[in-house]
Amino acid sequence: MTPSPPIPGVHTPPTSSSRTATGLLAYLLAGLYFGVVLVKSEAASWYRIQEMFRFESFHMFGLIGSAVLTGMVTTALLRRSGAKSRDGQTITVTPKEKGWRRYVLGGVTFGVGWGLAGVCPGPVFTLLGAGVWPMLVVLAFALLGTYLYGAFKERLPH
Amino acid sequence: MTELLDFLRSPWPWYVGGPLIGLTVPLLLWLGNKSFGISSNLRHACAILLPERAKPSFFRYDWKKERWNLMFAGGLLLGGFVAGVLLANPEPTRLSAAGAASVQELGVTVRPGLVPTELTDLSNPGVWLLLAVSGLLVGFGTRYGGGCTSGHAITGLSTLQGPSLMATVSFFAGGILSANFLLPLFMAVIR
Repeated sequence: MTPSPPIPGVHTPPTSSSRTATGLLAYLLAGLYFGVVLVKSEAASWYRIQEMFRFESFHMFGLIGSAVLTGMVTTALLRRSGAKSRDGQTITVTPKEKGWRRYVLGGVTFGVGWGLAGVCPGPVFTLLGAGVWPMLVVLAFALLGTYLYGAFKERLPH
Repeated sequence: MTELLDFLRSPWPWYVGGPLIGLTVPLLLWLGNKSFGISSNLRHACAILLPERAKPSFFRYDWKKERWNLMFAGGLLLGGFVAGVLLANPEPTRLSAAGAASVQELGVTVRPGLVPTELTDLSNPGVWLLLAVSGLLVGFGTRYGGGCTSGHAITGLSTLQGPSLMATVSFFAGGILSANFLLPLFMAVIR
């Protein structure tokens, strides 16, 4: 049997699977880095989240503020330098959808959940890695919440 | 050697941790033009887990293109193990005096660890209620609002996006409300 001619965009060259694997490994390492930072900076600490929402310490505000400032400056520099991503793409930032209802209503809903168990999605995974198994309950119900949004999306104001 | 180990086990001040968090935004852009956001993984997990017939259209897309983010979440687990088990801080979170007093008032003792034992005791039905309600609101709210702390507060604000500012202000409004008024009610059930 003669091999079928390559169709652009359909048949990927054989070298790409190994390239994808090393590419994915880089994201695993990036996640490991971020997980370590979440624990060491105590952003994954229930105590710190409580302190933040009661305005009893500067720690979390300094943490988030300096994170945003660093992200802002370094992302602007990266884009202005005209550098391409590792895989040769032009670096772009996807704009968030317009509107306000979903951001206010969804944002408040998430905030209420965050203030209770003191975890946002990143720390849920990080705490599981740290052996805090009851976070499985949070994760399971977070998946249910995500499903419910998907099921009732059309009926909600956006 | 013990000094080095003590150093590695210690938590970091905000001015070390904050910039390292912020660097994740350009890191993911450089790695593959990816937009940093963790809660999308909950959607991907639903897309993977739900049977095809029972899938709302919101979950019908090619999640394989988003494998990078699932790998990132896998990395978070590893990072939690490295920093929270291998190099765990033997001391409790160093709260401010006011923070420590409020937490004690809630009926929580400040001990080493990231989450108090009072809130991880699954033999207490009140703990199930707290964790379930919290998870449900986090999952529903992040998808409704189109992102969580990483996607809106860090990435969105770093790239000067108005919707992310609205979302971040709303996260705090919700959190202030629940930590100050709802959590005490849950803790009354748990105690």
